[in-house]
Amino acid sequence: MTGKDLSLVIESFWPITQGAILGTIPLAIVSFVIGLVIAVVIALMRLSKITIVSGIARFYISLVRGTPLLVQLFVIFYGLPSIGLTVDPWPSAIAAFSINVGGYAAEIIRAAILSVPKGQWEAAHVIGMSRGVALRRIILPQAARVSVPPLSNTFISLVKDTSLASTILVTELFRQTQEIAAFSGEFMILYLEAALIYWIICLALSAGQNRLEKRLDRYVAH
Amino acid sequence: MSRIDPLLTVRSLAKSFGSNQVLRSVDLDVPAGTVTTLIGPSGSGKTTLLRCLNGLETPDAGTVAVDGGPSIDFGGTVDRRTLGQLRDRSAMVFQHYNLFPHKTVLENVIEGPVVVQKRPREEAVTDATALLDRVGLAAKRDDYPFSLSGGQQQRVGIVRALALKPKLLLFDEPTSALDPELVGEVLSLMKQLAGEGWTMVVATHELQFAREVANEVVFMDGGVIVERGAPAQVLGSPREERTRRFVQRLTHPL
Ligand SMILES: Nc1ncnc2c1ncn2[C@@H]1O[C@H](COP(=O)(O)OP(=O)(O)OP(=O)(O)O)[C@@H](O)[C@H]1O
Ligand SMILES: [Mg+2]
Repeated sequence: MTGKDLSLVIESFWPITQGAILGTIPLAIVSFVIGLVIAVVIALMRLSKITIVSGIARFYISLVRGTPLLVQLFVIFYGLPSIGLTVDPWPSAIAAFSINVGGYAAEIIRAAILSVPKGQWEAAHVIGMSRGVALRRIILPQAARVSVPPLSNTFISLVKDTSLASTILVTELFRQTQEIAAFSGEFMILYLEAALIYWIICLALSAGQNRLEKRLDRYVAH
Repeated sequence: MSRIDPLLTVRSLAKSFGSNQVLRSVDLDVPAGTVTTLIGPSGSGKTTLLRCLNGLETPDAGTVAVDGGPSIDFGGTVDRRTLGQLRDRSAMVFQHYNLFPHKTVLENVIEGPVVVQKRPREEAVTDATALLDRVGLAAKRDDYPFSLSGGQQQRVGIVRALALKPKLLLFDEPTSALDPELVGEVLSLMKQLAGEGWTMVVATHELQFAREVANEVVFMDGGVIVERGAPAQVLGSPREERTRRFVQRLTHPL
């Protein structure tokens, strides 16, 4: 690495990090929260005994998981305007990522709910709980514990996937890098720098995941 | 204690799972303040009978009435509220305890009284603490279930049931998941409860408990009640061959 390279890395570090702080991270957090709400609803629908309800959930999950995220993003941002529905870059990105997380996390949450032993439902019944109360107070807290590791992985994937939002003009970490790279012509060094920053963010998230799991483990035998 | 006015009355109860007829026309009367033990080989329908009494299963036909509640006829359609009335009069103690692992011992006990029965929290805590103290678990109040022995967990399971103030206590093989040395502490608690006048229906393989504590022993096989009577009679000199063989097998396994 030459001195010129090094000063470019240092100079570009703040603008790229700004892209992460103002773009990548909020985009990931907002989309993940909305996606989780969708996921719980879809998971409960999927578990419904009513065929139409579980059918709709099944269809949603299949559609989301069976199509590329990039295509979903393009349908919303570039496709919808042609039927008269123009959505700005940020809302488009949030919509696409939320819908996507909703599909993947729904399966995780469904599996987690099913992993709670039947005896827990029965004990809740015996103390007089309705199914709704049992779900909220007894089943979901236990399912949450089980779903933390896979949901953390979903979140980490999402953070990386937000780089796709650069294709619909959202100013996030990667788009910021692309602009500096196009201007300076130093593609290799700048894209490696972007990769490094993504990596650091993901390492921090993994560390956070470990701490969260330990905390949640307090009532489980080791 | 009057034979004329039983706390639990079951008539012609029937339940099938698919083509498997698990209960065929079961009649049962349990007078208030008495202990009835259900014995019988695996698959004879003991668990299913208990679950029907608590609304965990919905019988296909027959009637069930528990103390002051309506006589519920399962021949017709039974709505959820009626089933709820049945459930609210009894409490089940499970073979595998089924404590809530994410709640402390105290939280396990007060969950029903506070969340469902809407009793004031302080009152529920006071009651729960007194009950836990009685079973020698006051010190474990704030521990999570995983840190308790099986016998301690089952005693919490019993306290959780008592805290609901039910009319009827149902026990489904409450000691069969326990290590042998822990069986005694649970059985002696149950014996104590019987002495205090709780009405109990207990599915169990503990013949010694049946002999000492039960007012009536009911022997089931193939979904019917084959024989019933005083413990000394059913376990000591059974009238039916099937009963005799079952008791023999339990008493002399080798
Ligand atoms: N939910 C269910 N679905 C289908 N079959 C069931 C169900 N529950 C119980 N059965 C069947 O009903 C029969 C009676 O079971 P039950 O558990 O009531 O017997 P049990 O007397 O309690 O036996 P054990 O001593 O083994 O506990 C068995 O053949 C069992 O396979
Ligand atoms: Mg059983």
